Amino acid sequence: MTLDNIVLLIPLLPLISFLLLGLAGKRIPVSLSGVIGSVILGTALVLSLVTAYDYFFSIGKQGSEFIPYLTAQLNWLPFNSDLAINLGLVLDPISVMMLLVITFVSTMVHIYSLGYMKGEERFTTYYSYLGLFTFSMLGLVLSTNIFQMYIFWELVGVSSYLLIGFYFNRPSAVAAAKKAFVVTRFADLGFLIGILMLGHGAHSYDFFTLIERLSMPGSSYLATMTGVTFLGMSTLSWALILVFIGGAGKSAMFPLHIWLPDAMEGPTPVSALIHAATMVVAGVYLVARLFPIFAVGAPDALTVVGYVGAFTALFAATIACTQTDIKKVLAYSTISQIGFMLFALGVAGWGPGKTEGFTAGLFHLFTHAFFKALLFLGAGAIIHAVHSNEMKDMGGLRKSMPITHITFLLAALSISGFPFFAGFFSKEAIFSAAEQGNPLIYYVGLIAGTLTAFYIFRLYFKIFWHKTPDPHAHNHEKGMWAMLVPMILLAIGAVFAGYIPFGDFVSANGKPLSLPVELSHIILPVGLGILSIVVAAILYRKENDVPQRIITALGGFYRAAYQKFYIDEIYLFITKKIVFNLMGRPSAWFDRNVVDGTVQKTGSLTLALSHAIKRVQSGKLQAYTMYFFGGVLLLVMLLLYKFI
Amino acid sequence: MEQVPLAHLLILSSALFFLGIYGFFTRRNMITMLMSVELLLNSVNINFIAFNKYLYPNQLEGIFFTLFIIAVAAAEVSLAIAIIINLYRRFKTIDVEEVDTMKF
Repeated sequence: MTLDNIVLLIPLLPLISFLLLGLAGKRIPVSLSGVIGSVILGTALVLSLVTAYDYFFSIGKQGSEFIPYLTAQLNWLPFNSDLAINLGLVLDPISVMMLLVITFVSTMVHIYSLGYMKGEERFTTYYSYLGLFTFSMLGLVLSTNIFQMYIFWELVGVSSYLLIGFYFNRPSAVAAAKKAFVVTRFADLGFLIGILMLGHGAHSYDFFTLIERLSMPGSSYLATMTGVTFLGMSTLSWALILVFIGGAGKSAMFPLHIWLPDAMEGPTPVSALIHAATMVVAGVYLVARLFPIFAVGAPDALTVVGYVGAFTALFAATIACTQTDIKKVLAYSTISQIGFMLFALGVAGWGPGKTEGFTAGLFHLFTHAFFKALLFLGAGAIIHAVHSNEMKDMGGLRKSMPITHITFLLAALSISGFPFFAGFFSKEAIFSAAEQGNPLIYYVGLIAGTLTAFYIFRLYFKIFWHKTPDPHAHNHEKGMWAMLVPMILLAIGAVFAGYIPFGDFVSANGKPLSLPVELSHIILPVGLGILSIVVAAILYRKENDVPQRIITALGGFYRAAYQKFYIDEIYLFITKKIVFNLMGRPSAWFDRNVVDGTVQKTGSLTLALSHAIKRVQSGKLQAYTMYFFGGVLLLVMLLLYKFI
Repeated sequence: MEQVPLAHLLILSSALFFLGIYGFFTRRNMITMLMSVELLLNSVNINFIAFNKYLYPNQLEGIFFTLFIIAVAAAEVSLAIAIIINLYRRFKTIDVEEVDTMKF
C-alpha cells in the first residue's frame, strides 16, 4: 500500500466505523460493537504511526527541512480561474503530530469505554458517535483548504454536541450540549467572516497559497490587505482576529470558555477525548496552521492571541483552585493549559531565534494530550467506583485503587511541570519563549503555572488522601482491565513524551530547532511548582481546618472564583435582559402580529366571507338556473341600453 | 304562393322559448324539465332555419347548425335520462326539490 492510500484510509476508517455501527448497529451484538470500533481505531493508529515514520524519515524531509506533502487532491468548486475551493489531504509536521495524538487518544478512549460504558443502553450508538468525532477531527487536521477545514470544524461541533448530550434524558446534559453548540457556533460566525476576508484578500482558500501570498514581504496581496486600516488595525489583522474568534470558541478561551465546564455532563471518556486532548486544541492548531501569516502579516493579531491566552490561563487556573466537582477542576485546568499553548504561539515571531514559542506551544499540545487524557480517564475510573463527581465523597482511595492512584500521580506531576516528566519539558520551553518574547505574559504564565501545580495536587490529595483509607474497602479496580490498560499506556506517554526531540520535527519554518533546557531558566518555575505542591500537601493531605480558614480570609474573592467570576450570570444577563428584551421581544411581536397576522387575517377573512355567502349554494337546481337567467337578462338589458 | 312573413316565425320561436323557460322554472318533475329544455332548443332551431331562409337563401349554415343541435340534443337527452334514472334509484323520487343534498 502506498503512503497516499494509507493517508486516505486514516480518516476513512473511523467514518466506516461510524457508518457500520450507526446504520447496522441493531444487527451487531452489543458486546461486539465496542470491539469493532476499537479494532478499527487501532488500525488507524497503526497506519498513523506508519505515516509518521514515512513522513519524518523519508518523504517529508528535503535536506534538513520538512516540506508539506499533499495527496488526494480533488478539484471541488472551481468558481473561476482565480478562485477555487479544492479538497485534499496534507501531511506536514503539525498535521502528522496531530494525527498521532488524535488516533492514539481516540484508540485509548475506545478501549477504555469498553469498561466504562459497559451495560449502557445506547452502547453501539456511543461508539458510532466516537467514530464520527474521530473522522471529523482527522479531517480537520488533514485539510489543505481553509474551507474544507471549516466543514470538518462544524462536523466536530456536531459530534461534540451529540456526545455531550449522550445522556439525553438528563435535562442538564441537554442544556450543556445546547450551550456548547450555540457558543461555538456563535464563535464560528467570526471564523467564517474571517475566512471570507482572507479569501477576498488573497484570492485563494488553500492554506499554502494563502501563506505564500500573505507572508512574503513584498507580495501585492499582502500590501493590499495591510494597506487599509480600520480602528488602527489592518484588514489582515481583523481577518485573523475573526478567524481566531472561531478558534477561541472551540478552544474555550475567555470569554467564550463558558461551554467547556458544562460539557462535562457527557460521559467521562468523551471529556478525555474531546474536551481535553483533541477538539479543544483545534484553535491552537488553527493558529499554528496560519502562523506565518500571523507572524509576518499581522503581529498585532498574534499579540492579541498571546494576551487572550495568558489571561485565560490565569483566570481558569484561579477558578480551578476553588471547584469541588473533580471534572470541573479538570475542565478549568484544560482551559488554562490551552491558554498556555496559545500564549506560547502569541509570544513567538518570525525569523531566527523568535520561533521557539511556536514549537513550545505545539509541544505542550502534544504532552498535554497524554497527561490530561490520563487525568480524565483516572477521574472516570474514580467516578465509576465512587458514583459521584464531588470531592467530599472521595478521599483515601489510594488503597482501593492503586493503579489509578499511581497513574493519576504521574499525570499530576507531569502537568505541574515536575522535573523530567513530559509536562516539564514543554512548559519550560513555553516559559523560556515567553521570557524572551513578552515579560508581562511570562509573569502571568508563571503565576498560572504555580496555580496549576496547586489545584492539581489539591485534587490529587482530596481524592487519594485526605481521609484515612477504609481498611475493609475492597479493590475497586477488579475486572477493570479495559480501563486500566489505556491509563497505563497514557501514563507512559505522560512520563516519557518529553524526551522526544520535538524541535527536530515541528518548527515554524520546517528547519530543526533545539529547545534548550537551561538551569537558570528552570529554577524559578520548578521551585514555585514544588512549593505549591508542598502547600497543597499541607492543606489537603490530612483533614484540617486550615483550608476553611483561608476561604474565610479570602471572602469575596473566593466566592467570586467559586462562582466562576459570574461569567455565566453576565452572559445570562446580556442574553435574557438585553438581547431578549431589546431585540427578541420586538422581533417576536413583529413576527406574531405582522408576518403571522397577515397570513392569519387573510385566512379568517376568507372564512368569514365564505360563511356570509354560503347560503347561495342551496342545492336547489331551479334556484341556480334562476340566477343564471337573471344574469343573462341583466346582460341583455345592459347591451340594449348601450347599443340602442 | 305567398310566404309566411319572418316576424311570424320569430314570434313562434319566442313563444316556444318562453314556454320552455316557464316550464323549466315551474315544473318539479325532472322529465318535464327535460322536455322544457327540448322546447328551448327547438325554438332556437326555428330561429336558425328562419334566418337562413329569409336572409341568406343560398347558404346552408343555419341548416347545418340545426342538424348539429338536434344531434347534440339527442346525446344530451340520453345523458340526462341516465342521470335521472340514477337519481331515482338513490332518492326514490324524481322531484327536483327533493334532490338538494349538494349544498353547503
